[in-house]
Amino acid sequence: MAQEEQTGRSIFTDLDDGTSDEEINKWQRTFRLWRETLRDHWGKLTDELSVKLSLITVAAFVLIGIFAPFIATHEPLTRQYQGEAEILIDKWAEPSILGADSGYILGTTAEGFDIFSQLVYGTRAALMVGLIAAVFTAGIGTLVGLVAGYYGGKVDDALMRLVDFLYGMPLLPTVIVLVAVLGPNLWNIIFALIILQWRSTARVIRSQSLSLRERPFVKAAEVAGAGDWHIISRHLAPNVLPLTFLYGSFGIAWAILAEAGVSFIGLGDPNTVSWGTMLQASRAYSALQFGAWWWFVPPGICIGLLVISGFLIGRGYEEITNPKLQ
Amino acid sequence: MSDDDVLLEVDNLKKHFKVNEGWIASLLQSVSGGEPDYVHAVDGVSFELREGETLGLAGESGCGKTTTGMSLVKLHEPTAGDIEYDDKRLSEASDAELKEFRQNAQMIFQDPFESLNPRMTVYDIVAEPLRIHDIRNETARVQRALEFAELEPAEQYFDQYPHELSGGQRQRVAIARALVLDPDFIVADEPVSMLDVSLRAGVLSLLDRMTEEFGLSVVYISHDLSLLRHMCDRLAIMYMGKIVEKGPTDQIIENPQHPYTQALINAVPVPDPDVGRERVELQGEVGDVIDIPTGCRFKDRCPKHMGEVCDKVVPPLEQKADVDADQDIACHLFESAEGYDPYEELEGRSAASDASDDTESAPADD
Ligand SMILES: Nc1ncnc2c1ncn2[C@@H]1O[C@H](COP(=O)(O)OP(=O)(O)OP(=O)(O)O)[C@@H](O)[C@H]1O
Ligand code: SF4
Ligand SMILES: [Mg+2]
Repeated sequence: MAQEEQTGRSIFTDLDDGTSDEEINKWQRTFRLWRETLRDHWGKLTDELSVKLSLITVAAFVLIGIFAPFIATHEPLTRQYQGEAEILIDKWAEPSILGADSGYILGTTAEGFDIFSQLVYGTRAALMVGLIAAVFTAGIGTLVGLVAGYYGGKVDDALMRLVDFLYGMPLLPTVIVLVAVLGPNLWNIIFALIILQWRSTARVIRSQSLSLRERPFVKAAEVAGAGDWHIISRHLAPNVLPLTFLYGSFGIAWAILAEAGVSFIGLGDPNTVSWGTMLQASRAYSALQFGAWWWFVPPGICIGLLVISGFLIGRGYEEITNPKLQ
Repeated sequence: MSDDDVLLEVDNLKKHFKVNEGWIASLLQSVSGGEPDYVHAVDGVSFELREGETLGLAGESGCGKTTTGMSLVKLHEPTAGDIEYDDKRLSEASDAELKEFRQNAQMIFQDPFESLNPRMTVYDIVAEPLRIHDIRNETARVQRALEFAELEPAEQYFDQYPHELSGGQRQRVAIARALVLDPDFIVADEPVSMLDVSLRAGVLSLLDRMTEEFGLSVVYISHDLSLLRHMCDRLAIMYMGKIVEKGPTDQIIENPQHPYTQALINAVPVPDPDVGRERVELQGEVGDVIDIPTGCRFKDRCPKHMGEVCDKVVPPLEQKADVDADQDIACHLFESAEGYDPYEELEGRSAASDASDDTESAPADD
């Protein structure tokens, strides 16, 4: 403004001649602050025993998934033929850990697949479905929630009608129908899950953004001249991020459960081994009636462990970011 | 005072909020064709803010002080009326002019626990306006602003988060943030009312220094007249979205004319017991801000009520014949210096049955 020069009373006047070289390195600073926040959260998160155990469990599964080819003793989808006659094992081989002399740690399935190797490779499918679906559901849900909550009005109405519509569809039956139509493979299952799962994240994030955008610090940014995107990315997003993580970790668990459910019904990907397809096969060959528990108990335990870990981590994170729950 | 000294001119500003009744009511309304209800938060306010001046806005809770303040920094789009900044109408301003306005108009909010983003550090909070406006020397400016707000050494506060600071320190950060762009004027909405009494004096003297050293114009909003009395050059008293009296602070405090101002001043617990004024509670309820009453808005509580003219004719804010020229009053008790005769209007009105008066609501955006 012209007045500034006239009055000359600005305390900043002398700063405007020449640039000082003492500018703080922005990237370094941002990086340091992020590291501190993460370390702080990590510290609090691992304070709780149940969360610590869950993290260890998930880490173990991740390692198993990555090194599956080295851990697995056989190809998971290669029939284990016996002898020269190339005859399929007549029923199934009993697990060697139970003292059987079969050479298969957890025995084989009725189709002649090595159960242990299937279990190891099944980790990959579970983690892939869980992580990809969770990242996308949390990501899409957060973005939609932020936009709807921030802009309000017609944008909000349109997006929330879509969410309401999706809420009208029951998760598992809809995924089953979608997969049946699109074809049974892992990517279609993930896709169907994402389509249906972002709705809950979107709804929660939207109501958060609605209240955040009325907060004085957002008003203060507006007064300073901040644009829409600036406010969404700098003021709303960082404040809803804990919720995004929370829904993301729950999303992992839901996706794994849903994949298992879909596969169990027989709509799993026939070319991929997952814990769900293992359960489905064991049921198809009546493993329960024959007492072959080593076929269906291990995948069941794995699903349970991973899902419970996901929920516990989510809960733990919720507690540190929302101290009121403590 | 010449026209050139006027920084901000508020011209018949109105801000009405649509009453939120939920979608069933609004559906019924759209079917039956009824008019939606509006809260007349600010309902025709005119004043000017001169360069280097401190103006106080006073009035009871809900009279529209905050809404007026927020409209001044364009946090609200006015329902009607306009604001002129530097002889430019804001409603007609180009994007570039608006950006310049944003750089020169800042606001300090009531609640320092709410006005700072909990996930940003002090440095980022104060630097944010500089980044938005692409201003160089970020670090040096942030440091200077924090030091001015008496947060020293500034570097020590850079990486702190709001929750690590006390209420007083937070309000100082908010002040530093408002000052860092070197604005022309600041709206301070109850800047100390949420602070501990022991911290208020410190923040107030900082605000005082801010007006002196920056040559800023400031609009102080408060219901505490004793605070406004020692911070402000001029006062405007608001009641139900309108200014009922305005003028130089000393004149308003020592010689209030409008019955509402008198009641308000008497209701202030006077800090000095020697003055011997008794504390008087305001009688009665504030009127309905949705269904605005006809005539004077203070009529139901006014001890000097004069009958039909008060009930029917809206008293304009104007100079009065027997009162100092720079003190404007909106009350029929005083004779207009401009020759306006409310009784004439009263007769004209009863003749023409009910002509529409001032209370019609223009559509509001929210
Ligand atoms: N965003 C909004 N939507 C709807 N009504 C509002 C909104 N903001 C304010 N109001 C209403 O407008 C009127 C004036 O409010 P405002 O906050 O301006 O009063 P105030 O003088 O600042 O009061 P206080 O001293 O309590 O802060 C009140 O009746 C309030 O309920
Ligand atoms: S116009 Fe009448 S009712 Fe209103 S303040 Fe004056 S005397 Fe009282
Ligand atoms: Mg207020």
